[in-house]
Amino acid sequence: MAGLSLDLIALQLFAGLALGAIYVLFAIGLSLIFGMLTVVNFAHGAFYMVGAYVGLYLISLGGNFWLCLVAVPLVIGLFGLAVERLLIRPLYGRGIDYPLLLTFGLSYVMVECVRIAFGKTGYPFDTPEILQGAVNIGVGYFPLYRLFVIGATAAVLLALWLFLERTSFGLIIRAGARDPQIVRVLGVDISRVWLIVFGIGTAIAGFAGLLAAPLQGVIPEMGGTILAEAFVVTVVGGMGSIGGAVLAGLLVGVVISMTSLFAPEMAKVSIFALMAIVLIVRPQGFFGRAGLLS
Amino acid sequence: MTEATESIKQPRATPVGWYEFATRHRASIAAAVILIFPLVMPFTALAVNILIYGLYALGFNLVFGYLGLLSFGHAALFGTGAYFCGIAIVHLGWPWYAAIAAGVLGGLLMALVIGVLAIRTRGIYFAMVTMALSQCVYYLFYQAVDWTGGENGLRGINVRTIDLFGLRIDFINPMVRYYVIAAFVIAAFFVMSRILASPFGAVIEAVRENEMRARASGYDVTLTRLLTFVLSGGFCGLAGALQALHLSIVPIEIMHYETSGLVVMIALLGGMGTFFGPMIGAAVFLVLENLVSVWTVHWQLIVGAIFIACVLFFPAGIWGTLIARRRR
Repeated sequence: MAGLSLDLIALQLFAGLALGAIYVLFAIGLSLIFGMLTVVNFAHGAFYMVGAYVGLYLISLGGNFWLCLVAVPLVIGLFGLAVERLLIRPLYGRGIDYPLLLTFGLSYVMVECVRIAFGKTGYPFDTPEILQGAVNIGVGYFPLYRLFVIGATAAVLLALWLFLERTSFGLIIRAGARDPQIVRVLGVDISRVWLIVFGIGTAIAGFAGLLAAPLQGVIPEMGGTILAEAFVVTVVGGMGSIGGAVLAGLLVGVVISMTSLFAPEMAKVSIFALMAIVLIVRPQGFFGRAGLLS
Repeated sequence: MTEATESIKQPRATPVGWYEFATRHRASIAAAVILIFPLVMPFTALAVNILIYGLYALGFNLVFGYLGLLSFGHAALFGTGAYFCGIAIVHLGWPWYAAIAAGVLGGLLMALVIGVLAIRTRGIYFAMVTMALSQCVYYLFYQAVDWTGGENGLRGINVRTIDLFGLRIDFINPMVRYYVIAAFVIAAFFVMSRILASPFGAVIEAVRENEMRARASGYDVTLTRLLTFVLSGGFCGLAGALQALHLSIVPIEIMHYETSGLVVMIALLGGMGTFFGPMIGAAVFLVLENLVSVWTVHWQLIVGAIFIACVLFFPAGIWGTLIARRRR
């Protein structure tokens, strides 16, 4: 390990945080939807992928990246609303596995539709010009775009936090996650709340897909891999917990980037080892409530 | 056994009509259908595929249908069976029967490892953890290039002839190949029927129906789940081993999560928690795939649409719906 300086490790740590930021965005959507609807959205990866493709399409029409940052979550969120209303709503009360199976089928349809529209091969996704290059962050030069990803994630988290903690609708959401029965008794139309939460969750997934696009390009299969990794994040963080998703998402990102520095061949496997340890030591995850899922 | 066991078995005890007959002689009927099948099915290669995927789904259905746990990681069990069988032949030079045994063992072992971790979680977690762990297994096999061939797959599993008590059987002949594989699949059907009819089979269903009550009756629910998952791994390992012999190659895609999704689809289509459902599901699914592939390359779109339609309108599957009609 002679060639490894402290600066290099620090840089790699930041790279891990940028990677983790994508996981955080992906996993909070998944967690939000599960916490409210008790639906594990297996199509979350597909929404993420479609988000990246919608961004690609808008830019090819002459739009710029900043427009995409607003338009993509809107488009994907609206699509999510339609999916919840038309496909998932009929399944409430019919067993917890059915929405999961349905969204899994939906992900096939979405991936294949993208293949039909854009072809099977991937596309590169240009980093917006203003975010190209690197800046000195004290320990060395760090790609500006990755810094932007971390900042954008922080902004989304802050907005989500304000929405959940400081608005009356956020209060209803938090109450609904704790006890939907009581919320319904108090006269709140809970199915409308579920609809909106699903929309928000998918919108964040689309946003994450767009943010990830300049880092890794876009291909129709990009959602499948991150889905399995996001499950690691939710298991480690505790299902349904947003704080857990944030912490575990960053941790998973850092673990991946650190193992790719020290033992590159183990990079893909390391996070699953992390999950195995968490399952043995604390099956409900960092912030999960024991017995929530029994 | 206890009262719980008997109350579950009770409906099967009164024999009237074809349904009871089919239930009572389920393994023999399955065997007869499998033996006749290639005579009505013109494409033997497709028939072999149906057998293998039917067996794979049979093993999966033990966990999904009878135990009531949705696993999204069965590709790891199926794939490990295939790789162990292939490695035994290619790298170790074992004879075919030992290689099949290695495949079954591989499925059992992998199920034990995944099971020990995944059984600690419950409900919906189980699907996520099994999927994540199978993805991990995918990467492990992908990287063990020396043993598995990595991205190129494991090649050179050439079994041309099969020696059986001094008899040399030509494994290249498609019809012979079908019946050799059918022998294993039929045996598996009898074993499965035996497991389900045993007291342990009743405990499996008791755990699905009412976990608390099973626990209160003194059964170790966690151990039952783990054992069932491991048994399921044995069936899937056998299916994987037969697949390796049939294809002469183990592609890395066998470990992909789409292979896990495929078996969920087959079980759902045929009817989860039914004895004949998996085989019917495999037959309908694979025949449909062959027909649709003739006029479009976008088969996945149809798969997804069938999946959605099944969940929304047809959750009992083909065989399940037939049974429900008969009961009405």
